[in-house]
Amino acid sequence: MSVTEKFGQMALVLGVFAVVFAGILVTVGRLETRGRAVAPILLTGPALLLLGVGLVYPAIRTIVASFFDAQTQHFVGMANYSTLVNDPSMRRVIVNTMLWIVICPIVSTVIGMVYAVLADRVRWEVLAKTLVFLPMAISFVGAAIIWKFVYEYRANQPDIAQIGLLNQIIVWLGGDPQHFVTREPWNTLFLMVVMIWIEAGFAMTVVSAAIKGVPSETIEASRLDGCGALQTFLHITLPSIRAALVLVLTAITIAVLKVFDVVLTMTGGQFNTSVIANEYYAQTFRFFNVGVGSALATVLFLFVIPIVVYNVRQYRRADA
Amino acid sequence: MTTLAAAAARAKTRLGSLTATVATVIIAAVWTIPTFGLLLSSFRPEAQIKSTGWWTFFTDPRLTLDNYTQVLSGDSAGLGSIFVNSVVIAVPAVIMPILLAVLAAYAFAWIRFPGRDLLFLAVFAVQIVPVQVALIPLLKLFVSLHVAGTFWTLWIAHTTFALPLAIYLIHNFIAKLPAELIEAARVDGATHAAIIWRIVIPLSMPGIAAFGVFQFLWVWNDLLVSLAFAGGAPQIAPLTVRLAQLAGTNGTQWQLLSAGAFIAIAVPLVVFIALQRYFVRGLLTGSSKS
Repeated sequence: MSVTEKFGQMALVLGVFAVVFAGILVTVGRLETRGRAVAPILLTGPALLLLGVGLVYPAIRTIVASFFDAQTQHFVGMANYSTLVNDPSMRRVIVNTMLWIVICPIVSTVIGMVYAVLADRVRWEVLAKTLVFLPMAISFVGAAIIWKFVYEYRANQPDIAQIGLLNQIIVWLGGDPQHFVTREPWNTLFLMVVMIWIEAGFAMTVVSAAIKGVPSETIEASRLDGCGALQTFLHITLPSIRAALVLVLTAITIAVLKVFDVVLTMTGGQFNTSVIANEYYAQTFRFFNVGVGSALATVLFLFVIPIVVYNVRQYRRADA
Repeated sequence: MTTLAAAAARAKTRLGSLTATVATVIIAAVWTIPTFGLLLSSFRPEAQIKSTGWWTFFTDPRLTLDNYTQVLSGDSAGLGSIFVNSVVIAVPAVIMPILLAVLAAYAFAWIRFPGRDLLFLAVFAVQIVPVQVALIPLLKLFVSLHVAGTFWTLWIAHTTFALPLAIYLIHNFIAKLPAELIEAARVDGATHAAIIWRIVIPLSMPGIAAFGVFQFLWVWNDLLVSLAFAGGAPQIAPLTVRLAQLAGTNGTQWQLLSAGAFIAIAVPLVVFIALQRYFVRGLLTGSSKS
């Protein structure tokens, strides 16, 4: 396909869409003047149709498929789920996922919060915040490649130079270079660093906004009462931004549950680094085991539900 | 006494702000240096990238544009043509969900109809569904519709997956428009269509822009949906797919990887820096993006 053809196709879809969109508006206008109450159907219809066909129906199909074999031919009951629980490599996947969803959100949020407080006190606040915020715009694939240049390992020989920054620093300090991405069990932690590097900026932004929302009179009153900066932060600021913190933690947890790009790009799930979202991809698209893949997707779904519900409740409370 | 205490307090504050500055510099450096390393690497000659680290530049400065010309050059496997794919995928995948969401959000916010609240709640709840759950059945559907391997799969999938958040965020914005304005227009005999076109869309631009930035970053940076529908179709695959393949191959082609990654990163960075204001607003009202 040539570049012109590609842009031609893009123009085509935009044209078709413009016609549909204008068609809906014109029809709504015409029918309305004749006194028919069809506007809600025409206005919500396209979105609801897409959501039904493209999301709700497939979700049901996947849940059903999780009780069938690899080719979705024969009913196998809970067999796929017992594989997830009993197979040692699958169990490792579940354990890794747990580690990710415990460590990443907490570390990202703490770093984000500390940095939000620190950056408030320097003169170049805007620049400081932007620098930490920028990784949010970078794809997980891009981030993984950036960190490949940090973790890359070369044998420690006189004629070979390190090309990974971290190993170069270790060599400068007189140590032995390490296989950061392949050495178990620490490799999982080094993959998490990439995720933390991305999510800390998000945590910082939300927490920083919350901190600025704490009334300055309250802070000043606490300082006048003789509390130090740390005391004031722990007893006044922290409780006031609790809702924002929970929000950030839950949002990052959801993101972490679904992230597979970092693992896929850095290790491909090898060296015992796989997580549910990555294993879902491998089982479904590489091993064509749709049964186990669907079970993994369903488990992911089940994990996400309580966190989202909790997140939404916090939002409601924060709004009120 | 008081001057002494004040001096001590001042010294303490100064020490505090010094610690803050040092800590800020350290964190900012850790967050910036890896990206800087990639940027610098992408301009180093191939032989150098493969044998020495980017910091060698400071003692042996040699820069070249070769990596970029190599990566962007000619054939259909070149990143130049794949860059075009990313653009062709992203533009409709940002515009379409926004406009569909505006229509639905307006109906949910300003028209009374039976089942409205229940439907809105349902749309909101669908945000929970992880994309993973939808991919295989959707792929089968695309195969049976004979659109597998075309851009249509990615346009439709991205549009669909974006709708719950889009409707929710844009509804929040539209619902807060002044009621008198909408009612006055109704009294003047304006149809819903006219109100959407002349009042709602122009006045909701900040909300639309917030979601637009969000959605653009989401689509441009997406790997999962792209792999599912374009993993086996290099002629439509976006940058992320090609980069993930490059990163996974043995005997890494560092020169292609660094230049390619930087091209892929540069576009969202520019969009992001230019529209950061809107993005932050969207983030603060809708960080529950599923």
